[in-house]
Amino acid sequence: MLQALITTPLILQAETYETAGLSAPALHQAAGMGGVGASAELAPYAGGLTDDGRVWLAHSPGEHDEATGELGFLDSMIGAWAPEDGLERTLYTSLSSILTGFGFGLMLLAAMLLGARRIDAATGLQWGLGAFAAVALAPALGLPPELPGSAAAELVARQTWWVGTAIATGLGLWLLVGRGEPLLKIAGVLLIIAPHLIGAPHPHEFASRVPAELQGHFVAASMVSAAVFWAILGSALGWLWQRGEAT
Amino acid sequence: MSASVSSAAAASQASVSRAALLPVVLLSAFVGAFVVFGVGFAHSNVLHNAAHDSRHALGFPCH
Repeated sequence: MLQALITTPLILQAETYETAGLSAPALHQAAGMGGVGASAELAPYAGGLTDDGRVWLAHSPGEHDEATGELGFLDSMIGAWAPEDGLERTLYTSLSSILTGFGFGLMLLAAMLLGARRIDAATGLQWGLGAFAAVALAPALGLPPELPGSAAAELVARQTWWVGTAIATGLGLWLLVGRGEPLLKIAGVLLIIAPHLIGAPHPHEFASRVPAELQGHFVAASMVSAAVFWAILGSALGWLWQRGEAT
Repeated sequence: MSASVSSAAAASQASVSRAALLPVVLLSAFVGAFVVFGVGFAHSNVLHNAAHDSRHALGFPCH
């Protein structure tokens, strides 16, 4: 049973990844953006944007430069480390997507086991959608998914805010929906709102070199694929768990 | 009557087995968090480059 629970999110995420690729051409475009093929298209907008390493350097001059010193050194290092464009890059992207799906699947299952009264496909779908709100929607309100080349505030601050928002929203949703006591419901609402009152770390000026239209497509594609992913993941986990319990 | 009794028994059995699962649940949550952190948040160059496109697609803060 555990075997089934552990392996299926993998397949699932792989499938979602495929559907995401099919339904969201902008995502593929985005995936290749740092690459050589797309950089030709984007060159007018992005200046010296030639490969992944440059993109990274272009708008993250802070800590990485301090850590490694010279620009040329870091560039050559990344050049040696980054996956090759094309098949290899897609392979790594698929692998990391699957790993993420696996990790999220484990966490979602744990959350359902701790918090859900019943676990079946229907409640799994609800939990999956709740997780979508917590992990995709709420953080995106403050920090929309970004294309490489976008201007952004300091990385650690954004990561902290992202994680904090996801946890607070998840907890808040559970208090709001899962608990009956009015006080807990109010606490849940406050937890959901709090990160947005605090505010996400933003750059002082919007100096993105990515065309706004492309960025818009990308955000939409990212949200749609996240919604599909969480809905399928939740339903499948619930369905599998129920099937496992029945036997 | 007997149906409700048996379903109650089944429910209590399920809750017992779920309580017994607690360590497994916590472990799976921990492993899941570790994997997601590794793919989505770790600062290592290699991890960053390998997972770069996924990070952007999933909306993790990147760069």
